[in-house]
Formats: sequence, C-alpha cells, structure tokens
Amino acid sequence: MQANDGVTAPGMIQEQRARRDARDDRLFGWLLKLCALLVLAALLGAAGATLWGGREAFGHFGLGFLASSAWDPGSDTYGALVPVYGTLVTSAIALLIAVPVSFGVAVYLSEVAPRWLRTPVASAIELLAGIPSIIYGMWGLFVFAPFFADHIKPWLTNYLGDKPDDGKLSWVAAHVPFVGKLFGSDSPFGASVLAAGIVLAVMIIPFISSVMREVFQTVPTRLKESAYALGSSTWEVVWDIVLPYTRSAVIGGIFLGLGRALGETMAVTFVLGNAMQLSPSLLDPGASIASTIANQFSEAAGMQKSALMALAFLLFVVTFIVLLIARLMLRRLAHKEGR
Amino acid sequence: MLNASTLIRLGSIAAIAAAAVFGTAAQATDITGAGSSFVYPVLSKWSASYAEKTGNKLNYQSVGSGAGIAQIKEGTIDFGASDAPMKAEDLAKFGLGQFPVVVGGIVPVVNITGVQAGQLKLDGATLGDIFLGKITNWNDPKIAALNAGLALPAGKITVVHRSDGSGTSFNFTNYLSKVNPEWADKVKFGTSVDWPSGVGGKGNEGVSQYVRQIKGSIGYVEYAYAVKNKISWINLKNAAGAFVAPSAETFAAAAATADWASAKDFNLIMTNAPGANAWPITATTWVILYKQPKNAEHTKVAFDFFKWALENGQQQAASLDYVALPPALVKNIEAYWTSEFKH
Repeated sequence: MQANDGVTAPGMIQEQRARRDARDDRLFGWLLKLCALLVLAALLGAAGATLWGGREAFGHFGLGFLASSAWDPGSDTYGALVPVYGTLVTSAIALLIAVPVSFGVAVYLSEVAPRWLRTPVASAIELLAGIPSIIYGMWGLFVFAPFFADHIKPWLTNYLGDKPDDGKLSWVAAHVPFVGKLFGSDSPFGASVLAAGIVLAVMIIPFISSVMREVFQTVPTRLKESAYALGSSTWEVVWDIVLPYTRSAVIGGIFLGLGRALGETMAVTFVLGNAMQLSPSLLDPGASIASTIANQFSEAAGMQKSALMALAFLLFVVTFIVLLIARLMLRRLAHKEGR
Repeated sequence: MLNASTLIRLGSIAAIAAAAVFGTAAQATDITGAGSSFVYPVLSKWSASYAEKTGNKLNYQSVGSGAGIAQIKEGTIDFGASDAPMKAEDLAKFGLGQFPVVVGGIVPVVNITGVQAGQLKLDGATLGDIFLGKITNWNDPKIAALNAGLALPAGKITVVHRSDGSGTSFNFTNYLSKVNPEWADKVKFGTSVDWPSGVGGKGNEGVSQYVRQIKGSIGYVEYAYAVKNKISWINLKNAAGAFVAPSAETFAAAAATADWASAKDFNLIMTNAPGANAWPITATTWVILYKQPKNAEHTKVAFDFFKWALENGQQQAASLDYVALPPALVKNIEAYWTSEFKH
C-alpha cells in the first residue's frame, strides 16, 4: 500500500497541478482580455457618446458643419472650421519647434553630455513633463503672452508681415508668397495662434525628448564605437547609426507628443485669444476644438451643446487620422528597411 | 497575514468610524445648490455665517448657470442659481419658481495712457459701436464729443470680451442690445455670442489680465474685479440721461427703480434701469426652487437660509462689492414665497 502510494501520488499530484495550471492560465488569459476590452469599450463608448450628443448638430448642418466658419450662438448657427483649423495649426507649430529641440536634448544627454550631468537633467525633463497644463496656461497668460507682444510680435510683423507699423514692406514679405499674410497683424496683443503653438511646444518637448533619450540609450555601444573607430563625427554617428536604429520608436515618441498637443485644453485656452475668426495670420487670435469646448460647455444648451459635442467627436476623428498616418509611416519605413 | 476575522474586525472598525463621522454631520440638514459663478462668493460667505448660526450647511457648486438650471430640472439639487431668468412658461412646465437674491454691477474697463478711473465717459450707443468694431480709435469724434476736456490719445482700440459663456456676458450684451439697435440686430444677447471683434479672455480674471496688458484696450468685468485689480472703469450715461459712476449706490438705485412689481416670476433683466442715479449694467442672480418641494425638509432649510440672507446678509454682500436687494423688493419676494411656494 505504502509503496503503491509512493508511486502513484506524485503522478496524480503532477496531473492535478497541470490541470490547475491550465485552468489558471485560461482564467489569466480571460482577465487580460477583459482589461484590453475595457480600454476598447471606453474608447468606443466615448466616441459613441460624443457622436450621439452631436447628432442634432450633424443632422442640422450636415457636411456644412465642417466647412462653415460661423459660430454664432445668437442665431444658433455653428461650424467647426475655425476650431479644427486652430487645433491643427497650433499642433503643427508645436511639432515644428518641439521635434528639433527634443532631438537636440536627447542627443546631448545620450551622446555628448558628461556623465554626471545626464541624470539630473534627465530628471528635470521628467519633472517638466509632470507639470499640470494649467500652470503652463498661467505662465503663458501672465509671462509669455506679454513678452511675446512686446518683443517677438513687433519684430515679426515689421520684418515678415504685410502690415508693418511704418508701412514699408520688408523684402521677405514682398517677395515670398504667403509669408506676409502669415505674419501680418494689426492687433497688439500677445495671445495668438503662434503664441499658443510655442507654449504647446514647451509642453510637449519633455515627452518627446524623454522617449528619444530612452531609445537612444538602447543603441548597442559596439555599433557606435565601430562608427567612431572608422572616423565618424558625433553628428554622423547620431544621424547614420543611432537614428536609423531607433527610427520607429522616435516617430512613436513624436506622435505621443502630437497626441497631447491636439487635445491640450487649459494652456491653449489661456494663450490662444479665443476669437472665432478664420485668419491666415499666425499672429491673430484663434480658437481650438478643446478650448472652445472648455469655454462654452458649462453655459451651453440645446443646439450649442450639440455643436460642442460634435466638435468633441471631430477631435476623436482628427486624432484617429493622425495616428493612422503615424501607423502608415511606420509601416512604410519598416517596408523600406526590410528591402 | 489578513484572515477573515481580522477583515471583519477591520470592517466593523471602519463602519463605526464612518458612523461617527457621518453621524454628527447628519444631525444638521445640508442643502445643495448649483449654478451661477457670479453669485458664488457671496453665497459661500452667507453660508459660512448661516452655518455658524444654525449648524445647517450649504453646499454650492459653481458650475455655471446653464448647468444649474439643468440640474434643478432633473431634481438632483435643492436649488439652482442662474444669471439669466427662466421664462414663465418654462417655470410653469417644470413646477419651478424663481426670485433674485443679490445685485452686482458690471463695469466697462479701459487701459488708455493718461486716463484714470472714472474719467472717460461713454453712452450705450458708442459703447456698442466700439464693441461692434465700428469705432476703432480712441480719438474718434463720437468719443471726443462725450468727453470734452479729456485729452484722448490717438490709439487703436482693442476689444476684450469673455471667451467662456457667462452671466457677465449675458447682462453686458443684453444692455448693448437695449441701447444699440445694430447690436440687437446683428449680435443679439446671450451667455456667449459671436463677438464681432477683439480677443477673448477666460473668466473675469482673464479679461482683467488682458485689459491690463494691452494698451488701448476696453473690456468688461464684474465690479469687484475692477476694484481689486485697480483697472480704470468708465462712467456711463444711463437711461435717464445722466452720467453715473459704478458704485454700491448706483447699483442699488438700478435695483430699486427696476419695474419688479409688473414682472411675473421676477422675470426682468434690469440692465438700462430707468432711475436717475441707476448704473445701467446692473445684474442679479435668480435662485430657482420647486414649488412643490421634492424634499420638504431640505426645501424648508433652503427657504430659511434665503430669508436669513435677504434680511441679514447686507454686510457680507457689501464686503464683497455686491449690493443687497432693496427692502421693498425683499417684501415682494417674501409675498411671492407665501403665494407661490408650498413650504
């Protein structure tokens, strides 16, 4: 008996264990699936709720909602062109500034800076990423917008714009198409599309640069050392070795920053000027989707509320399209590299 | 290690603690209101003094008038507060009643080199033309005609308005609609409108900040903000044809001379009030309650609170640059309570 037990028990225990493991694995699998589905459900729910909330506006204005620049609560006419344009342009300006600067920061920290400096500066960047956006908004309103109005804007309007103070067009404004319009403005205030773009850039630099720095550090030292050994300069190593090795992660980081810029609300509301007008000039005030919703939602009712919901849905759509473009770019890159 | 019995013990301790915390609070009746941010400072001051006296707390969420009306319609709060009166038919439809609680002034503010507070004088039509973007320079003859003897610089006018929907904008644009026909035709009035010109600041603080930053700007804020931030306000010509300065007296004069007696459910926006000494952009906030209370005990406390505030809250109101309602109007309101409300 005892000998028998000694033989069968371990076998039975093993079998039991195997069965239990299989069951636990299945349970664990379901649990994970549930977590993932929860995210999907939240996303679809939010998109669906905004679409449902905006159905009146979409139904009433149809496709004209996208093309109209009117936003008139007095006569209940709404169009999304001004906020959508403002969102895209401020985010584009932010990327234009933030990407090169972040690249510089990341390269400096991972390749050039002395070792003792890297950790403190890296933590400082992470701290910067943690600052709430309302603080950036206050800084923008109280410090940056007045500075912009006093020092940066006059220079831009006078040397690049088509409405300079002394009436004399600069060479650039006269000869390069669009530049004059882009920088022409006769309003004296700092709050503008360009100011909002710059504040957004400051906000997303920490995100992009910390992603870039992390991935730059994953480049195998032997690749870099080999390049240096062949006589490459630091720039050549970064451009020809580090960047190709980390390209997809770098693009991912950039789009993370862009996603934040597109949806940023408070900081933009404070420095964008909140004027519902379509102006080609980057120095005139404008409006973005998120700022319009933040401004008007609490007091809106009826068609206005529906139009704001429709705007929220459009923000989903815009963000989705941007992410889609990112995916396509990454796929094309992967394709090219695989060739 | 946590086992079942420790869990139960912990749970019972938590339950006792919770009962101790919430038990003491439950002895007083806490009432909840939501809506206008215009009335929020004075309501919180009143509720602090009232809680000291009676132990009943008032929990007010400053979420905006529109949200306040929506919440009282759903019955999730005991009272709503709105900067725009509800229409009589809407009130009847939901079984609601409304009455004003406090008066405040909205003042145009300017930033012009060399012009001090109270020096610039404008009338409603000119103010409207400025906000329409038709008058674009401070040395415009229309402005000069109203300001003989004041040297106005030749500078571009920058209009600053509220970017968010607000009761302040509602009353300001309502005034412009009354005094400037083109404004009434093109822009109309509301908590947010399609501003013909200028830049939008978020909240009173956003507008005062822009006005202080931008030379040659004109905006409008609640009186308290102009005083606190030391921005130059202007004098306005009122409906009686006199130039008046914003002050507690002129706000009170507007509230006293407005024709409340013939306004059903106090549905009267008192801008451009007829009194000889009335400030033309004077505003109030309406409190909205159910006529048949959903929660009798809460509604009773709410009425007791507003009765106390209307009769004894003048000083707190004055310290925040609001003006208490004139005694005659308080009498009207109390008569309205007894005739319209069950409590």
